[in-house]
Amino acid sequence: MQTSNLIIALLVMSALAYFFGYQRSRGFARQLGGVSNLHSLPTYYGMRVALWCGLPSVLLLFVCLAFEETIISKMLLSGIPDEIRPTSIAEYNLLMNKIENLASGALSSEGVKPALLDAAAALGYLRDMSQRLLTGLAMLVAGGGGFWGWWRMSAQLRARQQVEKIFKGFLLLCASLAIFTTLGILLSVIFESVRFFQQVPISEFLFGLEWSPQTAIRPDQVGGSGSFGAVPLFLGTMLISFIAMTVAVPAGLMSAIYLAEYAGSKVRSFVKPALEILAGVPTVVYGYFAALTVAPLIRDTGTSMGLSVTSESALAAGLVMGIMIIPFISSLADDVINAVPQTMRDGSLALGATHSETIKQVIIPAALPGIVGGVLLAVSRAIGETMIVVMAAGLAANLTVNPLDTVTTVTVQIVTLLVGDQEFDSAKTLSAFALGLMLFLVTLGLNYIALRVVKKYREQYE
Amino acid sequence: MSALTMNLTATASEENSFDSAPEQTVVEDTVGFPLVDDPKIRARNASVFYGDKQAIFNIDLDIGKHEVIAMIGPSGCGKSTFLRTINRMNDTVDGCRVSGEFLLEEDNIYGSKMDVVELRARVGMVFQKPNPFPKSIFDNVAYGPKIHGLAGSRVELDEIVENSLKRAGLWAEVKDRLQQPGTGLSGGQQQRLCIARAISISPEVILMDEPCSALDPIATARIEELIAELAENYTIVIVTHSMQQAARVSHRTAYFHLGKLVEVNETEKVFTTPEHKLTEAYITGRFG
Amino acid sequence: MSKSSKPNATTERIRQTLAKRYRAEKRFRLYGVVAILFGLLCVATLFVDIIGKGHGAFRQTYIQLSVDYDADILGISDINDAQQLALADFSGLVKKSLRTRFSDVSGRKDKRQLYRLVSNSAEYDLTDRLKTAPALLGQSEKRWVLADDDIDTYFKSLNSSDGAFVGRTSEKQQQWVQSLIDAGQIELRFNSQFFSNGDSREPEQAGIGGAIVGSLFTLFITLALSFPIGVAAAVYLEEFAPKNRWTDFIEVNINNLAAVPSIIFGLLGLAIFINFFHVPRSVPVIGGLVLAVMTLPTIIISSRAAIKAVPPSIREAGIGIGASPVQVVLHHVLPLALPGMLTGTIIGMAQALGETAPLLMIGMVAFIVDVPGGFTDPATVLPVQIFLWADSPERAFVEKTSAAIMVLLAFLITMNTFAVILRKRLERRW
Repeated sequence: MQTSNLIIALLVMSALAYFFGYQRSRGFARQLGGVSNLHSLPTYYGMRVALWCGLPSVLLLFVCLAFEETIISKMLLSGIPDEIRPTSIAEYNLLMNKIENLASGALSSEGVKPALLDAAAALGYLRDMSQRLLTGLAMLVAGGGGFWGWWRMSAQLRARQQVEKIFKGFLLLCASLAIFTTLGILLSVIFESVRFFQQVPISEFLFGLEWSPQTAIRPDQVGGSGSFGAVPLFLGTMLISFIAMTVAVPAGLMSAIYLAEYAGSKVRSFVKPALEILAGVPTVVYGYFAALTVAPLIRDTGTSMGLSVTSESALAAGLVMGIMIIPFISSLADDVINAVPQTMRDGSLALGATHSETIKQVIIPAALPGIVGGVLLAVSRAIGETMIVVMAAGLAANLTVNPLDTVTTVTVQIVTLLVGDQEFDSAKTLSAFALGLMLFLVTLGLNYIALRVVKKYREQYE
Repeated sequence: MSALTMNLTATASEENSFDSAPEQTVVEDTVGFPLVDDPKIRARNASVFYGDKQAIFNIDLDIGKHEVIAMIGPSGCGKSTFLRTINRMNDTVDGCRVSGEFLLEEDNIYGSKMDVVELRARVGMVFQKPNPFPKSIFDNVAYGPKIHGLAGSRVELDEIVENSLKRAGLWAEVKDRLQQPGTGLSGGQQQRLCIARAISISPEVILMDEPCSALDPIATARIEELIAELAENYTIVIVTHSMQQAARVSHRTAYFHLGKLVEVNETEKVFTTPEHKLTEAYITGRFG
Repeated sequence: MSKSSKPNATTERIRQTLAKRYRAEKRFRLYGVVAILFGLLCVATLFVDIIGKGHGAFRQTYIQLSVDYDADILGISDINDAQQLALADFSGLVKKSLRTRFSDVSGRKDKRQLYRLVSNSAEYDLTDRLKTAPALLGQSEKRWVLADDDIDTYFKSLNSSDGAFVGRTSEKQQQWVQSLIDAGQIELRFNSQFFSNGDSREPEQAGIGGAIVGSLFTLFITLALSFPIGVAAAVYLEEFAPKNRWTDFIEVNINNLAAVPSIIFGLLGLAIFINFFHVPRSVPVIGGLVLAVMTLPTIIISSRAAIKAVPPSIREAGIGIGASPVQVVLHHVLPLALPGMLTGTIIGMAQALGETAPLLMIGMVAFIVDVPGGFTDPATVLPVQIFLWADSPERAFVEKTSAAIMVLLAFLITMNTFAVILRKRLERRW
C-alpha cells in the first residue's frame, strides 16, 4: 500500500474506533441509567479509543519512514562487491543515483556491471518488502491499539482526563517545535561547517582576505585550489548594511517622530498605512527595482559627474535596502515613542521647552533603549537580507569600502554556492554552510541583545 | 496674609454684572470673595470645552501675589482643568478650547503677543505623579536653565542647580550623588526634585496639581513645609484632594463643583463657617 | 494689551533666545515632513516604475495570417490519423502564409527574417485549430497568431515618447510591420496566455500560470502546517504553560526565530528536509514545509496576542460552571480569539507568498514549463518566477517581470486588506 493510502486507511480505522468507543460508552450509560452516571461524556470515550488506535500506528509509520531509506541503502551497500564499493561520499551518492535510475528504468541496463543490476533489482525488492511490512505492521498496531483501548473501557474510566492529557501533550509538542527548529538550524549548519573547517582552517576563513571558492573538481585538474578568506564578504555585507542604515535610520526615525508627536490623526491615518506598504513589498520586488531602476540611475548620474560607478554598485543595493527598512524602523520607533509616558512630555513642556526640545532632550533619551533595540533588529535584517543583494549587488569579492564599487555579501555567496548542482563534499558547497553559520550566529546575537533591550525598556514603563 | 488686600466689598454678583455676559445668569454665583486687588493672575468669565463638552463654566477668580490658594472639590469638578489653563497646558490636548480672559499681571495669557514658552517659564508646574526625566539628578534640574539659556557658564549652572535643590530642601540628601539618575530617588524625593526643577528657572507662579497624592504621609509633610517656605517668593496654586492639606497650606481656598466655582474664601472660613450649602456638604464629607 | 509689567531678568533672557529656538523647532518639524515625503515618494516611485514598465505585458501583439490548410504542405492524407497530425508540417504552413503575404521577399536571409515575425507557437496554435476543426483541411481562413517577442517590443514602442525601440529587429522587419499596420493586420490583444501558460524561453509565450498554481500549492501546504501548529503552540504558551525554564526557552526561541534571516530557513530545508529526510526538491511540499517553519513564529506571536486579548473573566466564567481548562479553551477562548488569529495567519501567509530566498536553496528555482498538477510535481512560485525573469537578458522579459510583480502585489494587497477588514469587522472591544 502506498504511504498516502496507508495514512487514509489508518484515519478510517481511527474513525471506526471512535464509533465503537462511543457506542460502548452509550451501552454503559444505558445499563447505569443515563449518561450522567459515566465519568466522562461519550465523545471522550470515543476519542480515547480513536487515539489508542491512531496515535501509536501513525507514530510508528513516521519513525519507519524516516529511517527506511537509510536502512535500505545500508542493506544495498552490504551486497555490493568490494571493487566498486564507494570510498567517498561523492562516489556513494553517484552509485546510489545510478542504482536508483536503473531500478526506475531511467537508465538503460546495457553495459552496466551485473553487480549494479543485481543491486537495482534488490532495491526494487527491498522497497516492495518494506512497504508491505510497514503496511502490515501499522495495521496491526492500529487494530491492536484500538482493541486494547476499547476493551479497557469502563464507566469509571477517566476518559476526559486522558484525552485532555494527550491534547496538552500535543500542544506542548507544537510549542516545542520552535526549539527543534533552532536545533535543526544549528545542526544543519554546524554539521557541514565542521566538515568545511576540516578542509579549510578556521583562521583562514575568518581572517583571509581573498575569496574565490572555485575549487578543482578532480585532484588532477589544473586551476585554483580555491581560497576561502571571508573578510571581503563580511566587509561587503557591512558596507551595504551601513549604507542601508544611513538611509533607514534618519528617515524611519524622523517619520516616526513626526507621526507620533506632530501629525494630526488625519495625516496619521493616511501616512501610516502608506508607509506600511513599503514593508509589505516582497524583497524580490526591491531587488528588481534596485537592479533595473536605481542602479542604472546611480551609474548614469555618477558618470555624468565624472565618477566611475559600476552597474552593480553597493550604493544601489544599500539604498534600496534602506528604503525597505524604513517602515520597519519607523513602526518600531513609533511604538517606543508612544510608550514614553505623557507625564514626561508634560514635565518638559511645563518648563517652557518647545516641542522639538522636548523630543530631542527628553523623549528620545527616554526612548533610546527601545530605539537602539529596534535599530539592532533592523541591522540584523539588513545583514540577512538576500534578494536585493543577489539581484543588485555583484559576485566580485572586492575588498573595498567604496560605495560606488561592486561588493558581494555573505547571503549572495550562500545563494550562489547552493543554487544549482551541489557536491556535498567539496569545500565550495560546504563553505556556504560555514557562511550560514556565521550569519546565523551574528543575527542571533543581534536579535537576542535587541529583544532583551526592548523588553527591559517596556518593563521600565509598564 | 498681610501681603493680601482682600476686596471684601465687591460681591460676586456685582462683578458678574460688570462683565455682563448674557449666559451668566444661568450660572450659579460664586460666594465669598473671589477677587483681590492687584492680582497676579486674573481670570474672567473663564470657560473650557473638550470638544462639545463644557468642563468649566464662566469662572471669575483672582489669585494674589505671594498667595497660596488651594482648589478643592470632588473628582471631575474641573479644578485641575482650571489649573492647566493658567500655563496653557491644555494646548496639548486635542479638541480643547478655552474662552474668557486670563491675565498674568498685565499680560493676556491667551493673547497673540503671549509666547507660550515664555508663559510656561513664568508659570511653573508640579504634577500629580513625580515625573523626573530619565536623566541624572543634576541634569533634571539643569534642564530648564539649559534650554532657556539662563546659565552663561558651567559655574553659573552649578550655582542655579545648587540653589534650586537647596530651596526645594533636597540638597543635603543628594549633593553627593548628583550624577545618579533622578528616577532612583524615593517618591517624595522625586517630587521635591520636580519642585527644584520647576523653580530652577525662577518662575513667578507655581501650579501644583495634587502634588502629594502619590506620596506617603511623611513625604507629604515635607512637601507641605516646603510650600509654606516657597510662598514667601512665589504665588502658589495648589489643587488637592485632601481638605486637611488645603487647610494646612493655603491662605485662601476655592471650592469647585461640576465645573463651577462655588465658593472662595479665606481658608479658615471655608473650613469653619462655609457660606454655601454645597461647600458645607463637601467639607463635612457628605459627598466627595 | 500693552506690556506694562516690567519683565524680570529671567524673562528678558528667555525672550532673547526665543527666535533661535523657534527656528530650531521649525527646522526639526521640517526634517519630519521631509522624512515622510521621502517615504511616500519611495512608495510612489516604486509603483509608478513597476506599473509603467509592466502594464504593457497584459496585451500582446498578434499578426493576422491567411492560412491555407493545404494537405500537401502538411503531408496529411487522413485527417483522423493522430500520428499523421502529430508529424504534420505546420511550421511549413506558417511559412507559406508569410511568404504569400510578403510575396516580394526572396533570398534565404530575408526569408529567415520574415519567418521570425511570428512566434514559433503559431504552428502549435494551428495544430490545435485543425484538431478541433478537421473540416478546415483544404480550406483557408484568416487567423491571428502570436508575434515574436522582438516584434512585440518594437510594435509596442512605436508610439512611445522615447521613440521606437528597435532592439534586434532589422530594417526589413520594421518595413513589414509597417505594411502590416497599414493593412490592419497587426494589433494588440488581451494576453490571456500570460495567466495560463507556464514559463518559457520565448518571452511572448511565457506566463505566470504555472507560478501562480505552484504558489497556491505551496501556500496550501504552508497554511495546513503552520496554522494548526501555530495556534496549538500559542494556546499552550498562553493557557497551559507552567512558568519554568523550558517555557522561557521556548519563548526566547520563538522571538529569535521571528527575526532570523529567511535564507537560513533555506539552509535548514536543504540540510534537514532534503538531505536527511529525502524530501524531493523543487516540489510544493518542500517549499511549503520550509515556508511553514518560517512563518510559524509570526503566527504564534499574533495568535498569542489574540488569546491574551480575551478577558480572564470569560475563563473564570467557564471554570465557574465546572468546565475543565481544556474545555474552556476549546469552547470559549479559541472562538473569541479566532479573528485575531486569522488576521495574523493571513499576514503570515502574505509574508510566505512574497518570500524568495529560502526557496532558491531547495530547488524551486528550476526552469519549469508545465503547470504543476499536484503537491509533488516540480513547481516554481511567483516571486521565484520574478527572480528568474529578472535575470533573463531578453528585453521583452522586463515587461513580463514587471507584470508578474503587479500580479504578486495585487495578491499581497488583497490579502493584507482582507486581514485589515477582518480585524476591523470582528474586533471586539472588551
